[in-house]
Amino acid sequence: MMQNKQYRVVVIEPSPIIISGIKHLIENSKDFLYVGSIADMEFLIQRLTPLRPEIIIINPSIIDFHKRSSVHSLFQNFSDASIVALCYNFIDSNILKQFDGIIEINDEKLKIENTLINSVNKNKNSETPDSSELSDREKEILISIAKGFQNKEIADIHNISIHTVISHRKNITRKTGIKSVSGLTIYALLNNLINQNEFS
Amino acid sequence: MNHYLFSSNMKLADIIMSNYRLLSVLSRFNINLGFGDKTINEICEQKHISEDLFLMICNVYNFKDYLPTIEEIKTIEINELISFLKKSHNLFINQDIKEIENSLNKMCSCCSGNHLSLLMKFFEDYKKEVINHLNYEETVVFPYIDSLTKNKEVNNYHINQFEENHTNIEDKLSDLKNIIIKYLPEICSPEQRTMLLQRLFLFQEELFTHSIIEDKILIPLVEEIEKGYDAK
Ligand SMILES: [Fe+2]
Ligand SMILES: [Fe+2]
Repeated sequence: MMQNKQYRVVVIEPSPIIISGIKHLIENSKDFLYVGSIADMEFLIQRLTPLRPEIIIINPSIIDFHKRSSVHSLFQNFSDASIVALCYNFIDSNILKQFDGIIEINDEKLKIENTLINSVNKNKNSETPDSSELSDREKEILISIAKGFQNKEIADIHNISIHTVISHRKNITRKTGIKSVSGLTIYALLNNLINQNEFS
Repeated sequence: MNHYLFSSNMKLADIIMSNYRLLSVLSRFNINLGFGDKTINEICEQKHISEDLFLMICNVYNFKDYLPTIEEIKTIEINELISFLKKSHNLFINQDIKEIENSLNKMCSCCSGNHLSLLMKFFEDYKKEVINHLNYEETVVFPYIDSLTKNKEVNNYHINQFEENHTNIEDKLSDLKNIIIKYLPEICSPEQRTMLLQRLFLFQEELFTHSIIEDKILIPLVEEIEKGYDAK
């Protein structure tokens, strides 16, 4: 008979109040099994190994500042475990990018459960984090946008579907933080993708 | 989530000290600084300001998850709410946008490059958009509400038309912020640039709160009046 898979969860966090809270939240869940907590980073690997974690929830502030940028090497002995950040103060987004999921202190029970489940799947796929640099294709599309072409025209010029144009536009906006055509035009000009004579 | 909301027996000075953004609320209620240790209740009584409205606005400004219940909204006098919104509009145009324009001009005059005219054009277009948005409210929405409360004939307009067409005017400022933070050349007048950014951040927050007041307080209140609730 298929038994329901319960993921073994370890919490690395200094505050007993927070640990009890997380323990309480996942205690009755059919998906998770709370197996223990660790309050500081001393002898971390030695203390973590016997717990056989499959999900590690860790407060990034507890990690030594210089080691925060290499979270995965910190847990390299546990490459099968997903690593989820537990945040209740500001953590640099570059550091957060390394985690398979992020729990915020105000998250509801359901959201936390989803974050944990998704973290396991994400760790399996282990996507490479995408860069904020525009790809060559995106630059070409951006130039057409700056020149004032509509989606349909852009699709014809580059011989792609409108759907693809829209998805490129979404990525361009996500990477630059700029949505409007006039804003993107300024971006293209500042990055020498076009010069002022090229558009009216 | 339950907050410890501001209440009328608190000292006005204390709530301003706790969040300086409430300074912009004061002038909209014609409250001048220098009120000593008076409580919100004392000041509202002295200045003939609706305490419920003043507190509601301060709470919306300060607690980003806070929204009053419909029962609380129904205690608000709609004319007072509209006069608050109109004062805000006036300040947006004659103060906030003017200051941003000045900052932008100063920044552009300190550096060179052919992108500057585009930057100015971007803001000019944005300004037009904002003026259109505010004009629509002042010439269509507010007069409609006025007729509605005076039981005058109202021609086929309903507040849900406003609800559906109420455009977002704050998001576009993010484009400008991103360009100034990330993409203008490094040498481009750092002091003016910082000043301009601070103003953009503040203005965006003001617009955001303003639209919450319109969407979550004004519109539900007008809907109640349309349903036959007798406006105060
Ligand atoms: Fe407005
Ligand atoms: Fe509005």
